[in-house]
Formats: sequence, structure tokens, C-alpha cells
Amino acid sequence: MEPAQHPTLTLLTERFGDNILSADIRYGILTISVTQPAIVDILRFLFDHAQLQYRYLTTLCGIHHPEVNQIAVVYQLHSLENNSRVRLKVWLPEDKPETPTVTDLFAGANWMERETYDFFGVTFTGHPDLRRILNVEDMTIFPLRKEYPLEDQTREDKRDEMFGRGMVGSGQ
Amino acid sequence: MTRNIVGEHREVGDENRYTTLNLGPTHPATHGIFQNVLTMDGEVIVRSEPTIGYIHRAFEKLAERRPYAQITPITDRLNYCSAPINNMGWHMTVEKLIGVEVPKRVDYLRVIIMELARISDHLICNSVLGVDTGALTGFVYLFQFRELIYEIYEEICGARLTTNIGRIGGFERDFSPTAWAKLDRFMKEYPEALKEFEKLLKRNRIFMERTTGVGAITAERALSYSFSGPNLRATGIDYDVRVMEPYSSYDDFEFDVPVGKNGDTYDRFLVRQEEMWQSLSIIRQAIEKLPEGPYHAEVPEFYLPPKEEVYNNMEALIYHFKIVMGETDIPKGEVYHCVEGGNGELGFYLISDGGRTPFRLHFRRPCFIYYQAYPEMIQGSNISDAILTMSSLNVIAGELDA
Repeated sequence: MEPAQHPTLTLLTERFGDNILSADIRYGILTISVTQPAIVDILRFLFDHAQLQYRYLTTLCGIHHPEVNQIAVVYQLHSLENNSRVRLKVWLPEDKPETPTVTDLFAGANWMERETYDFFGVTFTGHPDLRRILNVEDMTIFPLRKEYPLEDQTREDKRDEMFGRGMVGSGQ
Repeated sequence: MTRNIVGEHREVGDENRYTTLNLGPTHPATHGIFQNVLTMDGEVIVRSEPTIGYIHRAFEKLAERRPYAQITPITDRLNYCSAPINNMGWHMTVEKLIGVEVPKRVDYLRVIIMELARISDHLICNSVLGVDTGALTGFVYLFQFRELIYEIYEEICGARLTTNIGRIGGFERDFSPTAWAKLDRFMKEYPEALKEFEKLLKRNRIFMERTTGVGAITAERALSYSFSGPNLRATGIDYDVRVMEPYSSYDDFEFDVPVGKNGDTYDRFLVRQEEMWQSLSIIRQAIEKLPEGPYHAEVPEFYLPPKEEVYNNMEALIYHFKIVMGETDIPKGEVYHCVEGGNGELGFYLISDGGRTPFRLHFRRPCFIYYQAYPEMIQGSNISDAILTMSSLNVIAGELDA
């Protein structure tokens, strides 16, 4: 199916035409990039719409794209009524990623947003309790960002190129 | 229905009368490393604040540095009570990305393994729930069957707990005659044991009084908290990934999706109990209908060739080298694949940029998502009920903390 024929996209375009940056179907799931200010309205629209009923938040997570200096926050919604899924992305600037919370809409977004904050440093404004969740509280970095390599790069007692290590972002 | 006794005889907000109690991080009754700071009014929990992350192992970061085949052992350590489901889920995610169709026999063998894993998961949860209410007998009685399930895994892949079972494209070897014999023995002996276990607890007055109405959550709240699996079904919502989005030929089998009504500890127990019977029936059907054929797909770029071919055949040697060194070309793409894990929708959100490792891999861990409802579920109950609630939610530290 072409993305343009997807009923969800048709309804969204009707209402939020200007706020939709791109849309395509990736391995069966409609993936839409939307502008940041509209995200909560769009989620609420998808939630409340009598026909669509996207009321189940499957995942909420972050992705760091260093090549464009942006962090994407991904919302995957599931309409249990129609058994259809949709994936929404908002792109935030790497140096000050900030977007409103969706905890009012989905109680389950609470920890998912805390996890995204913990690993990517995304600030969810209006979140009731935005603290680190899996990492220690006095950590100063956001470890899933690409600038933090997995191994201790300061070690000099091994030649990393021999082990395929030390090439941050290699092939990425 | 939570028993809200708070405020009946005391002013809420009268903080001086509350006691703070630290339950955990290591407490024998919580089966894992969980900390809950409880604010108590006498014996009643007013507030609780969970702290998690004690066994966080940075799996999502690790996965960004590992070739695809090497990520399977990481998935073992998510929900380690049903590791094969995680392994299979991961293999299927990669197969979806590279567009491989596996033979029917692989699907069926996978179903057998996954349902065995589901049984071992539910078996632990339900029998430990018995232990927490004071009935140790059922636990030790059922536990020997988990041992038998582990022996079946061992016959197939050589490992027991963290199985790393199967490969991208199928299985490393076909099931051996010993494996089939052990499976046969399990299928014969387990139903009787399960029936006896049910007799022990299902209509047991003490057990029912300890669990009915304890740690209940409504369907509406459960959906808002993105519950899935038996905990969601206990509230009456029949969401099961095996039925909604059938994978691995689940649509070939007849089975029911049991649902509860009240979403309390007793209903969760009943749902898991019934799911074990359904799993047994699925395994029986899979054994009966098992098609002949190869036990892996023809994907030489991803499936390791047999060792003797590596030594005698040029192509096999090249593929072996490429797979082991993680040099195989992978298409770019963004995939989400989910399976019905022991605790619910276990999802793998994978972004590949064509490199040797995933660009980003996010695990949708059902435990992590539903454990945040725990403070709400135990508010107004006693500590002993809170322990039961946690036990019946089947919170697995490995899956919670990733």
C-alpha cells in the first residue's frame, strides 16, 4: 500500500497538513515525521478519533542521529480496535532537546519518558517526575548518544583497530 | 478493587504519623533486586516509590557494537525465565529485516520451543505465588518439570538458562531423538502434575482469600499503562500478539485466549494457569502436524555452514568468515517485530543503516512498562498483599532493567 492511501495518514493530513514533514511505510508500519509543536495535538487526535482509536502506547524511545545533529523521539501507537500500528517521530535539536510530555494521555509514558531522558537527555516538559531511571543519579552524560563510545577510549594497553574497536560510528 | 483504608480514621497528609519503610533492594520476598520505599500508615501502604536499575547492563548500547548474531545472547538475559522466546523474537526480527522466509518445519519447531518456554515462565510465576501465600509444596512439585524443560533445551542447544537457542534462519541442528523422547515424557507427565497443582490452589480457601481482590487494576488503567500479556488479559482484554499479529505460523493452531474479569492477583493466577493448558495443546498440535523438511532456511550469508564444509569448500569458508567477523551486508531499514513473551508484548525496534551492527535497537520490555503501575496497585494494601501483587505481576529483574 502506498503511504498516501493509508486511512490514518489521510485523516491526519486533512487535519494537520502543515505539520507533517514526511510519511512512508517501513516494513508494514506507517512512519510519520511531524513537527515538534504539534505532537501532543496529533497524539490526542489519534487517541480521540472515533474511527482510529490509537489508544495503546507500544513504545516511546529516542534515537540519536549525529549526522543531522538531532534526536528523534519515536512514539509507536497501536489501535487494538483496528489492529493497526503507527509510528510518529519528532526531531529535536541535539543541544536542547525538549518536547511536551504525553503522560496525561498515556499513564505508561511516565517511565518510558524517564528512560528517554536518562539515555538521551530529552527534557519532557510537564513530566511529573523527570529523573534518571536505570542509570545512577549522579551520572553526568546521556549514554545512548552516539558521542559516547562503548569502551573506555582512553586505554592505551591495546590496539583497538586489531579488534574492530575504537572506530566510533564506523559504518554508521 | 484496592482497599482504601487510608483516611478513614486519620487525616491524610498528617506526615508525622507515617513511617518510612525500605523494602529491598535485596529482600527474600521480592525474588530479585527491587527497591520500594514505602510510606506506611500502620500496616497500610500510603505511598510507594520504586527504584529500579540495579542490574542494568546497557543492552541497548551493547547492541550498537555487536554483529546481529551476537545480539542473541543479550536477549537471553532479558526475561531469563523464558529466554527462548526472546531468542526467537530476535531471530524473527532480523529475518524480517533481511526478508527471509523460513521453512514450515522451523516455524513449528519454534512454536514448540516458545510454548515450552511460556510454560516454564508461567509455572515459576504461579508456583512462587503459592510460596508467597505459604504453600511451598506446589512449588517443589512443579519445579521438577521446569528441570525437564531445561533438559529439553539442553538437548537442542546445549544450554539451559540463557539458551542462545536457534540461529538467524532456523535452528543450529534438528531436534535429536533424545529431545523428542524428553518432550514426550514431559507431555505425558506434566498435565497430571499441573492438575494436581490446580487442585492444591485453585479452590483453596486460604489461597483465594489471600489473592482475590488483591492488587487489582481496571482494564482502562491497565491499557493506559500499556499492560500486555497475562496481566492485561486478567483485566478482561483479549490482546494476545499470537492472535492479533500471528508470527511463526501461530495461525495454524487452535487455541483460546483466556481472559479474567477483575484484574486481581487471583485472576492473573487463573489466566496463567489456563495459558499453560493452552500451551500444552499448541505443543501437541505442533508435534502432530510437524512437517518434514529442512530445519533452517537457505541463507548462507547468515546461517553458519557445517564445519566439514568450511574446511573443504571455498564458498562455505568465505561465508563462515564473513558471518563470524560480522561482515555480511545488511539492508537498511526500520523494523518493529513483536512476540508474545512470557509477560506480554516483547518488541524489538531495530534500525539498521547497513552497517555491521544495528544503528539503534530498542527492546520493548513488558515488565518495565507495567511495573510502573505497581505503586498504584498496592496503594492502600498491606505489605503482605504488596508482595503477592509483585509476585503475580511476574516482574523479572532482567527484563525490567535491561
